Amino acid sequence: MNRIDQRFAELKAQGRKALIPYITAGDPGPEHTVGFMHALVEAGADIIELGVPFSDPMADGPVIQKACERALLKGTRLVDMFDMVREFRQTDTTTPVVLMGYLNPVERIGYEAFADAASAAGVDGVLTVDMPPEEADEFGPVLKSFGLASIFLVAPTTSNARAATICAHGEGYLYYVSLKGVTGSASLNAEDVASHLAPLREMTTLPLCVGFGIRDGASAAAVAQVADGVIVGSALVNRIAENADNPAAIAPQLKAVLGEMRQAMDA
Amino acid sequence: MTKFSDLTRLPDARGHFGPYGGRFVSETLSFALDELEKSYAALRDDPEFQAEFDHDLAHYVGRPSPLYHAKRWSDSLGGAQIWLKREDLNHTGAHKVNNTVGQALLAKKSGKPRVIAETGAGQHGVATATVAARLGLQCEVYMGAEDVQRQKLNVYRMHLLGAKVIPVESGTRTLKDAMNEALRDWVTNVDDTFYIIGTVAGPHPYPLLVRDFNSVAGREARRQSLEQIGRLPDALIACVGGGSNAIGLFYPFVEDDEVVMYGVEAGGDGVETGRHAAPLASNAPRGVLHGNRTYLMSDEAGQVSDTHSISAGLDYPGVGPEHALWKDVGRVNYVTANDQQVLEAFRELTHMEGIMPALESAHALAHAKVLAPTMRPDQHIVINLSGRGDKDIMTVAKLDGIEF
Repeated sequence: MNRIDQRFAELKAQGRKALIPYITAGDPGPEHTVGFMHALVEAGADIIELGVPFSDPMADGPVIQKACERALLKGTRLVDMFDMVREFRQTDTTTPVVLMGYLNPVERIGYEAFADAASAAGVDGVLTVDMPPEEADEFGPVLKSFGLASIFLVAPTTSNARAATICAHGEGYLYYVSLKGVTGSASLNAEDVASHLAPLREMTTLPLCVGFGIRDGASAAAVAQVADGVIVGSALVNRIAENADNPAAIAPQLKAVLGEMRQAMDA
Repeated sequence: MTKFSDLTRLPDARGHFGPYGGRFVSETLSFALDELEKSYAALRDDPEFQAEFDHDLAHYVGRPSPLYHAKRWSDSLGGAQIWLKREDLNHTGAHKVNNTVGQALLAKKSGKPRVIAETGAGQHGVATATVAARLGLQCEVYMGAEDVQRQKLNVYRMHLLGAKVIPVESGTRTLKDAMNEALRDWVTNVDDTFYIIGTVAGPHPYPLLVRDFNSVAGREARRQSLEQIGRLPDALIACVGGGSNAIGLFYPFVEDDEVVMYGVEAGGDGVETGRHAAPLASNAPRGVLHGNRTYLMSDEAGQVSDTHSISAGLDYPGVGPEHALWKDVGRVNYVTANDQQVLEAFRELTHMEGIMPALESAHALAHAKVLAPTMRPDQHIVINLSGRGDKDIMTVAKLDGIEF
């Protein structure tokens, strides 16, 4: 069983919801990322989404754009991320790791070579923001053959017909984008999210995780009431940005932000 | 059946031109693109819609534009006869308005009160602001901060037209970053906003509709060639950034196998220096940016490269997917002109014909200077003079050491 499926099965048995932090790999420098990943796990992360820095992050707001810029300035490449995950796996063999990013860096390596290296390093899933299932005819089967889950987005604007297609292609979990906008946008409305998740429940048994607009314990807890998982990105990346010149201060702050969410969700 | 007759049937139902094109966008935009695709599919063959479009082109844009025989310049080059398709005489001074008039009709039918656009040199921004003013639509234009600096005149024109110009400070602060920011705006405001893309790139159906709206120039040029030359031209030349004016001229000639076509990309300091904007001519790797797969200048890690060109309108690392396919099948020859050659051509046409071209269009002229002398005087070249040079006077003056 894939680590992602394993993790959701455990959470279900415990009656808990998944907490899924996102950080951009290589921000504020590639040497810090593995340490941050361990810190996030200590603070209660169930799955880690590791952002692949990209020069043109079209679906991201200023917070993650700047994270990409910081990571690229330090020369972080997709191939370096395989090393990071390999190092993380030396001491953590159970926490699932999902690579989240844009298609171009993957295409440059090649689908097969990418999937091979990612799988060998210990990656569990791949979320490619600018690759909807219609364009994944080739990539999807390659990921599958290496045991990597294809994770897709569902948006408030997604029609039921499209959602059914996405559910049919999706693996691991569905990432429901809680609002129209880029990452780091305004706060979400948990009731509104619940009304959008209801029809998805009838289409799929995949866990439904919600991201965009979750910034503190209260919003995490509200979403955890209606979803199977809570994804938090910009709120963490903000702390990295604020302390980019003093990296030693970052891990404790990531733990504080995530720990508050964990506590609120489990209360 | 001609050798290239299959090419005009593209894109396929999902917006692919062979391996290129497609719809690589985040999920939030899929619905808006589906909607646009459906509404355009219904209107594309609707005689009423076409009549409305043709009416606007005739009475607002001022079409048809002339096909002008640049006799003095042809004689001085000592080869083929050069004909200029005068898109510079369109309202707002460039080919861009053909497309914005068309997309504005779609925006009007969609009932959305707000339009956004990205712009490089500012011509597409001006053309969008113009149609927005005419229809009473709110208009915001994203423009790279570096381009805002080098195209101040167009920035002020947009301001006068009632549009808000938003300088984009991220990335390389040029056209590609303006497009990123416009896409972010659209994702956020998709309910009330129509995105008027200015080139034949972007997610399906944009490359299709921008081609359709620009093809009026090629249809006219084909008819005018038959009338004025008495036959089809031997060669066509157009500059290629994203590639909208080139598609507009080339597409109606695609099945005319005997017509040779040249797309001229921005050579910048020279392709060999790496400081250029010529993904096709430099054989850049395939990649995905702004919703489509195409030739894309990027480094080994897949990060999109910085580009360089004297003309802001060609300063783009990708290119329309239909051009990518035309390169692969050998329908169009993609070449470059570097900044120095472009300036020479700019000055030469201005002196010899009294026509001041946009620096973008001067790339096409620069290639004519290479090509025409290799041809006979009874042969004919049609060039898309896609824009006028008023907007570039400051850039050229600065090179001459003159500051205003």
